[in-house]
Amino acid sequence: MSVAKKLRCRECGREYELEPSNVCEFCFGPLEVVYDYAALAGHVTRESIEAGPPTMWRYADLLPVDAENAVDIGTGYTPLLRAPNLGRELGLSRLYIKNDCVNPTWSFKDRVVSVASSVARDFEFDTLACASTGNLANSVAAHAARAGMQARVFIPADLERGKIIGSAVYAPTLVAVNGSYDDVNRLCSELGDKYPWAFVNINVRPYYAEGSKTLGHEVCEQLGWRAPDHCIVPMASGSLFTKIYKGIKELAWLGLIDWHPTRMSGAQALGCSPIAEAYDRDSWNIRPQKPNTIAKSLAIGNPADGYYALKTMRSTNGSAISVTDEEVVEGIQLLAETEGIFAETAGGVVVSGLRRLVREGRVEPDEVVVAFITGAGLKTQEAVAPALKPALAVEANIESFEQALEEREGVLPLTKAV
Amino acid sequence: MATVRTKFTFVEQLIKEPIIWKLAKDFEVVTNIRRADVTDERGWVILELEGDQDEIGRSLDWVREQGVRVDPVYEDVVEG
Repeated sequence: MSVAKKLRCRECGREYELEPSNVCEFCFGPLEVVYDYAALAGHVTRESIEAGPPTMWRYADLLPVDAENAVDIGTGYTPLLRAPNLGRELGLSRLYIKNDCVNPTWSFKDRVVSVASSVARDFEFDTLACASTGNLANSVAAHAARAGMQARVFIPADLERGKIIGSAVYAPTLVAVNGSYDDVNRLCSELGDKYPWAFVNINVRPYYAEGSKTLGHEVCEQLGWRAPDHCIVPMASGSLFTKIYKGIKELAWLGLIDWHPTRMSGAQALGCSPIAEAYDRDSWNIRPQKPNTIAKSLAIGNPADGYYALKTMRSTNGSAISVTDEEVVEGIQLLAETEGIFAETAGGVVVSGLRRLVREGRVEPDEVVVAFITGAGLKTQEAVAPALKPALAVEANIESFEQALEEREGVLPLTKAV
Repeated sequence: MATVRTKFTFVEQLIKEPIIWKLAKDFEVVTNIRRADVTDERGWVILELEGDQDEIGRSLDWVREQGVRVDPVYEDVVEG
């Protein structure tokens, strides 16, 4: 069972009961769930976890809600794949891909929303809400459907059609706001004050964020109960980055893995890179940016957890990197062409970011590296479509096919021996 | 009466401007600073505003017009 015991302010350390709240009443610092790890010692073992379900809920003891109350649509325990082809391209001998594209709504957001919706139901909310540019909206709508809750999902009116359908199919109240992301932000902040809804990334944010830890847990288990040498993670708010590291540390605290100096490095798109920019300036001060990048799922201009991401990065001897939109597309193509995984733009940021980090000597060639691919490419097809070769257009006869193939490839392939 | 928790982020050129003093002087709003961090290059202030809802809205519009970024406290409301 869950051993979550309090919410604690990350700034002043004041503690609060487990309730729907995300900000310290005293200093307005962010709240985080704290656990009674001592109560788990001896009770949680490698064997007990391995005997659990093949989902993120095999780590329920380390989440703030009991497994039997979970809103579970089959999220997590996604593949950790050895990536020899991409590794060869990048110059890494022990590269792994954590493929979180294969979650039920095709992104890692299912992990955080699975926890947030479970907690929201425990707190007897009847409505699950969010503001999102895509992945989160899809996941909130799906989990609300499963939980029998109402969903209210707010999106900017000019969002791409594919992302709208990916939410609309679950029949939420889908609200297309006539305005910019900032306008949607403001509206939802005001709605959160007025209506008794569980806004997954506002009033239940401390619980929501905990779901990301399971990525860290899974990677260690899948590596044979050891921590990786180096993690490469996409950064938006910075929350995912810090929680993956927390997940790894938790397993070490519980004695399920040996202590290991895992390095944490983060990647952003240059058009919205406030954390990487602060890292480059050797500063703790995040300068807010107005996002201008195709990597929209990472486009948070004033990241709430940016400072904590910098802290994790520097304390683990990791680093930050930012890549251009052209590199984002190259990264998507490189991953698809070498390992057969079609990632969304955030995956392109990670692969191209990793390529740069290796070239600059910031990742060692023989490190056990895990690249976190957090969303599937079908969601952001428009980003990569212009860079792809068109299909060969042929008539239904061999001559037409061979002519087209010769024009494209210069030579014809060998025919069967007669 | 309403209360709003908010974060102001100042760019370098605005750090020396007494924006919060002007806000309290020109609008019927009580300002209550809870935490702040100001350096040579940038500054942020987390504060609570108390007053009539519309007056708070007008005061925040004015703060934005001065070039200060106004965000909710510890919330990335729009996510990916």
